[in-house]
Amino acid sequence: MSVARIEVIVREGGRLVRLSGRWTLATTSQRVAGLSAELNRVADAASSWDCMDIEAIDSAGAILLWRAWGRALPLQLSIRPEHWRIFERIHTAEHEPRAPTVPISPLRGAMIIGSAVIGIGRHLVDFIALVGQFGLNLVHVLRYPADLPRREISANLYKSGVRAMPVTALVGFLIGVVLSYLSALQLKQFGADVFIVNIIGLGLVRELGPVLVAILVAGRSGSAMTAQLGVMRVTEEVDALATMGVPRGLRLVFPKVVALTIAMPLLVLWATAIALIGGMVSAQLQLDISYGFFFQTLPRVVPASNLWIGLVKGTVFGMFVALIACHFGLRVRPNTESLSINTTASVVSAITVVIVIDAVFAVATRHIGLPL
Amino acid sequence: MTTTPVIRIRDLCTRFGDVWIHRQLDLDIQRGELVSLVGGSGSGKTTLLRMVVGLLLPDSGSIEVFGEPLFGGGVARERDLRQRFGVLFQQGALFSAFNVFDNIAFPLRELKCYDEDAIHDLVMLKLSMVELLPRHGRLMPAELSGGMVKRVALARALALEPELLLLDEPTAGLDPDRSDSFVRLIRMLGEELGLTVMLVTHDLDTLAALSTRVAVLAEQRILAYGTTEEIMQVEHPFIRNFFLSERSVRALQNSGLVAAPY
Repeated sequence: MSVARIEVIVREGGRLVRLSGRWTLATTSQRVAGLSAELNRVADAASSWDCMDIEAIDSAGAILLWRAWGRALPLQLSIRPEHWRIFERIHTAEHEPRAPTVPISPLRGAMIIGSAVIGIGRHLVDFIALVGQFGLNLVHVLRYPADLPRREISANLYKSGVRAMPVTALVGFLIGVVLSYLSALQLKQFGADVFIVNIIGLGLVRELGPVLVAILVAGRSGSAMTAQLGVMRVTEEVDALATMGVPRGLRLVFPKVVALTIAMPLLVLWATAIALIGGMVSAQLQLDISYGFFFQTLPRVVPASNLWIGLVKGTVFGMFVALIACHFGLRVRPNTESLSINTTASVVSAITVVIVIDAVFAVATRHIGLPL
Repeated sequence: MTTTPVIRIRDLCTRFGDVWIHRQLDLDIQRGELVSLVGGSGSGKTTLLRMVVGLLLPDSGSIEVFGEPLFGGGVARERDLRQRFGVLFQQGALFSAFNVFDNIAFPLRELKCYDEDAIHDLVMLKLSMVELLPRHGRLMPAELSGGMVKRVALARALALEPELLLLDEPTAGLDPDRSDSFVRLIRMLGEELGLTVMLVTHDLDTLAALSTRVAVLAEQRILAYGTTEEIMQVEHPFIRNFFLSERSVRALQNSGLVAAPY
């Protein structure tokens, strides 16, 4: 394949620049800088250009020449007729109206802050609307039980509940072991070995169990729900449902929220139980506290109201994780960037909200269930 | 000039599970041809196209593009070969995170040879080639109509000055008017840039208006390969159904390939 060549011929009345070879992207792209420097150098002194020997030229090659010519055709130019078309095209493209550039407003900083505030406001309004819609759907289903989306609820229960059991069990067990091990090291120093049951029992049942499971579920099911709804938005499935007269609130949001609200307290119960077993095993190994003693002491030092607090917290967490996931899922616009932004936002907000709610619970229930 | 075909397929066999899609399929496409690949739904047209561009591997057989195999010989050779063809996907496959300008500029920037000014000039030229205006460069793919998506995707496919253009259902999802103008655009650019074009289509209007030759894919092989007139002489139930149904005859009459009844 012949490369692009430049040749300068000095003759009477000025210099002639003769171009030959192939002026295509494939032959010029690797030496664009060199070629354009060379062209610029010869262009200054050139009086006429001979392009008759150019074997092939494409738009990349033509743009290279065009720029060397100072964005206009040279006065004396000989060129093959079949190569004319490309320069005509460049000429046309050059004279199409430019897109006006938008000037940067002096109030840009204020606008950024303003739009952020408005954005947060919109989120709140949309979220409240979603919660309201969920409430209306709940009332509707109570009045017309036949409309209850049973299959969807059951599928979601399986996906976000049953399928989450192994990972919550594994994490719960390990946390139980770690908590028990660390506490045992401290308690041994004071000879307060028996209090290991109090620490592990209260900590896991009241605090760690629900929060741990909520964070796991937010990462696991929350992101899945957002991504699923988001892709359904991208592929217009949500719109398709709407045109069939199927209310998206009742069919997409409602089953997810109901299923997670049911599944979460059960998962909390499951994970807490496994975590207690982990703690018990570790306590037996570290402090020689027998399983029998652990079982006997646990109900005495951890009043049942703690379990109820844990389960109620689980229920509330589940509801909020699902609502937040649906909120962000339905905000996805049809592009990949928006999908990734909303999925991230969904998980981060869900975890943050879980911790905020947990703090509220801690304050509100400070007089309940703690043996004095 | 060498006479190596641009695309050379030999003994291609593909199967999905127990279903044979292609069995000992042979096809040659010569330089400068506009070949339409037609066939019933599920006959493996798009699969064949995806194999030619190296997205799918055949179970056996060989595919050569520009006389070279698609795979092997190192990353650089594979990349150079892929830069010699452009692909227009059915849904456009524009990068939704980029605006139109950046979508077209993307392959040029990947070359790492051109400065931003040159890229700007080239992108503006491509935009004008596909009959879009400079201000369309700022739009995001989500804001484009179906016809514009196809045009932008075509501009992106042409960004690296390919010699071979592969089109998957170029007019699917366009209304007849848009589809006509898109076909005209492809034909004009094809002639102007000296492209070899392989397209998969269902649409007889597209086929009649664009192709110099037609390849009929049925019974897991290329059943017939020739000009539209030659193909219509072939006696085969599929071909008769495809070309001589009432709708098809109407489309072909419009293009003057079949005499209108009196």
